[in-house]
Amino acid sequence: MKDISKSINKVDNEEKISGSAEYIADIKMDGMLYAMTLRSSIVKGEIIKISYPKIPDNYYVIDHKDVQGKNIVKIIYDDMPIFTTKKISYLHEPIALVIGPEKEKIVEILDSIEIKYKEEEPQFEWEDSVVDFHFDKGEGERVFDHADKVISYDYETGYQEQAYIETQGFIGYQDGDKTTLIGSIQCPYYVKNALIQALDSEPENVRVIQSTVGGAFGGKEEFPSLIGCQLAVAVKKIKKPIQLIYEREEDMLVTTKRHPAKIHFDAAIKENKIKGIKAHVGIDGGATIGLSGVVLSRAMLACSGAYTIDNLDITGDVYKTNTVPNGAFRGFGAPQMMFAIEMFVEHIAKDLNIDPLEFRKSILAKQNDHTSTNGVYRDPILMPEMIEKAMKESDYLRKKKAYANPNIFKGIGMSFFFHGCGFTGSGEKKIIKARVRLRKHKNNKAEILIAAVDMGQGVKTTFRKLVANILEIDIENVIFNNPDTDYVPDSGPTVASRTMMIVGGLVARAAKEMKQRWREDEFVVEKQYKQPDYIKYDEENFIGDAYPAYSWGVNVVEVEVSKTTYQVKLVKTWSVYDGGKAIDEKVVLGQADGGLAQGVGYGYLEVMNHKQGKIQQKNMTDYIIPTAKDMPDMETYLYDNPYAFGPYGAKGVGELTLVGGAPAVAKAIENAINKRIYKIPVTPEYIMELINNAKN
Amino acid sequence: MPKIEFKLNDKLVTVHSTANRRLLDVLREDFNLTGPKEGCGEGECGACAVLLNHKIVNSCCTPLANVDGQEIVTIEGFSKTKRYQIIKDAFAEMGGVQCGFCTPGMVIATESLLNKNPHPNDEEIRIALSGNLCRCTGYNMIIKSIQKAAKDGDGIW
Repeated sequence: MKDISKSINKVDNEEKISGSAEYIADIKMDGMLYAMTLRSSIVKGEIIKISYPKIPDNYYVIDHKDVQGKNIVKIIYDDMPIFTTKKISYLHEPIALVIGPEKEKIVEILDSIEIKYKEEEPQFEWEDSVVDFHFDKGEGERVFDHADKVISYDYETGYQEQAYIETQGFIGYQDGDKTTLIGSIQCPYYVKNALIQALDSEPENVRVIQSTVGGAFGGKEEFPSLIGCQLAVAVKKIKKPIQLIYEREEDMLVTTKRHPAKIHFDAAIKENKIKGIKAHVGIDGGATIGLSGVVLSRAMLACSGAYTIDNLDITGDVYKTNTVPNGAFRGFGAPQMMFAIEMFVEHIAKDLNIDPLEFRKSILAKQNDHTSTNGVYRDPILMPEMIEKAMKESDYLRKKKAYANPNIFKGIGMSFFFHGCGFTGSGEKKIIKARVRLRKHKNNKAEILIAAVDMGQGVKTTFRKLVANILEIDIENVIFNNPDTDYVPDSGPTVASRTMMIVGGLVARAAKEMKQRWREDEFVVEKQYKQPDYIKYDEENFIGDAYPAYSWGVNVVEVEVSKTTYQVKLVKTWSVYDGGKAIDEKVVLGQADGGLAQGVGYGYLEVMNHKQGKIQQKNMTDYIIPTAKDMPDMETYLYDNPYAFGPYGAKGVGELTLVGGAPAVAKAIENAINKRIYKIPVTPEYIMELINNAKN
Repeated sequence: MPKIEFKLNDKLVTVHSTANRRLLDVLREDFNLTGPKEGCGEGECGACAVLLNHKIVNSCCTPLANVDGQEIVTIEGFSKTKRYQIIKDAFAEMGGVQCGFCTPGMVIATESLLNKNPHPNDEEIRIALSGNLCRCTGYNMIIKSIQKAAKDGDGIW
């Protein structure tokens, strides 16, 4: 039988390379109006009065008074207004849309709107906890009672901006009672469900269609629901096609970002071994909670990294501050924790004068070990051989030794990590309940009807390939159009490294049934997700299997640090991943390259911060993402380790490839400068601080 | 309204428009050429790249007046050439495309590079692409695509 992993060329190459693929800004409709957003110019307070100029014909102002349903964006935690009524809780909070045929005129109207505010003192300290979690494993805190000593460190991570090259956008139109939005989105049904609530419409009167998506990375998970609701309210009232597309500056200043985090660890040490870890994770949720609780829980669940620690006492808080709301970003809490725990274990070994590599290898998680929440790693874990491979290919030991010389300013670092595949906890079972549909057409073509979005990660290619392989038909005979909620069932959002494992698993099951019935003329097969019976999770107490499966990885990063400017130059990277089974090797390798680029960028390059609630980086000039000159040659090796419930054994790979980048590059810099690193991004300024501080 | 004349994808065109309008808007709005994309609007990302007299420029930072009497080729025009076929096949084969939003600009950057330097080394490729941002690929497979295009198109540039 042909190996499914053998690569084919992606099905959407032609249209994307030739520039004919239609992204949201490429779609034009007759009589289309433009929308721009009126935003608060203060950080916290109340609107006293808004004075509008005379609004010319065919121009409109849409605000909270026009929301017919609930003025709240339906996300996991419902606390974000569609348009603020009065209260301002962060800078540039949306107040209204100004709509009309000429952009220049809209800007003119926006400029002449006067708003009187009553300002209040904003809160930027991490004090106001709005979500808090706690769980123990084993003896929990009691293990500290009989420790020889306690080692404690604090770690910090910054903001990260998704920086998809295509900004956020939608076009909407009204047809009778029906409101339709076309958008650059990851989750058609998130938007649809938010619209139903905002418009107070019947489900059949709301339609959401995905346009070609120019990158998303979590940034188009929940944020589009906000602007989708705003636009839909306008479309339903004005009854004309309207386009709402963000310019880069607006996108960068107001859209959700990766949560900055502060992580404190205490380790109970006995006989030079870690007996237990106590940790507190704080994340900055920004002005609304949204997905922050789920992000926090994924961070906490990753607290022991790729290792097994028998005793844990883990707490976490989401803090509300008067800053732009933070949200989903590839990795979803795990990158923060994976950086912190990887550094912490390394630093413990150094404090104990034990070779960090040997120390880390001695506590690696093994099959049948218990996870941080006393779930079980049921499937084989290949980390020892993956580490061996990464070390051999990178010549790790020789370089590590050579670079110990403090005058060389070269370094090599290696991270071990995992990522839990699919929704955290019982999300798949209780919230998502994914459904997929396959249709056999008369002409012997099979059509995939799912809500999963191709945002560049290759879903169209891998799903068509998957179905073609099972049906043993040509890939040309498998149809997969961009999801349209009028035609596809709710197979859940395109997030959480769930698409191939969960949705693909269902599609594979449907395809197998279709194969049995292939002689029939025309029929539909539907499948709904059923959690394997042995997977049990107690959400409230964090006990049990938080994920059905885990993917694993090793990243090695080599760097040079300039002795004069402390600029970091990446020399090369080597990665080894266990994503179960690649449905297409080239697609997975592409994920590996891109994920690692974002991971190392997060670790050393990408600086974002706020000053009194104002994001200081407002474009691609201020916010630096890696260029072709910054990135080095990247080598990746994939290990097959098929997972019983994934199609052909596939697990998740999308996020896995990001989470190890920051600790690997931080460790490499630590090796190069012989100073310990406690926060990312490791900027030249931070390196200078470390070098000038003799005590470190 | 000034009258601006230029060669666009091998055809002479005339535009009556304000001289400081962005070339990107003229291409997308007046000529419906939507291959050039707006990613940042300030010349940083290269998604809007076109060829001006065979050299790459960011059309978002090019005022219409600057192209008077010049020759502009967009991805739509370039995609009719043999060189494009070679670049396209190389990008497809080597996995150079993910979300695709930066891709037309990357193809333009590749043509601009190979037109000047048909046998670039890795470092030269990276420098040539440094004005084109990609958030999906980490550039690894784009670099490999361009190496392949240079090899497969030996003698054409």
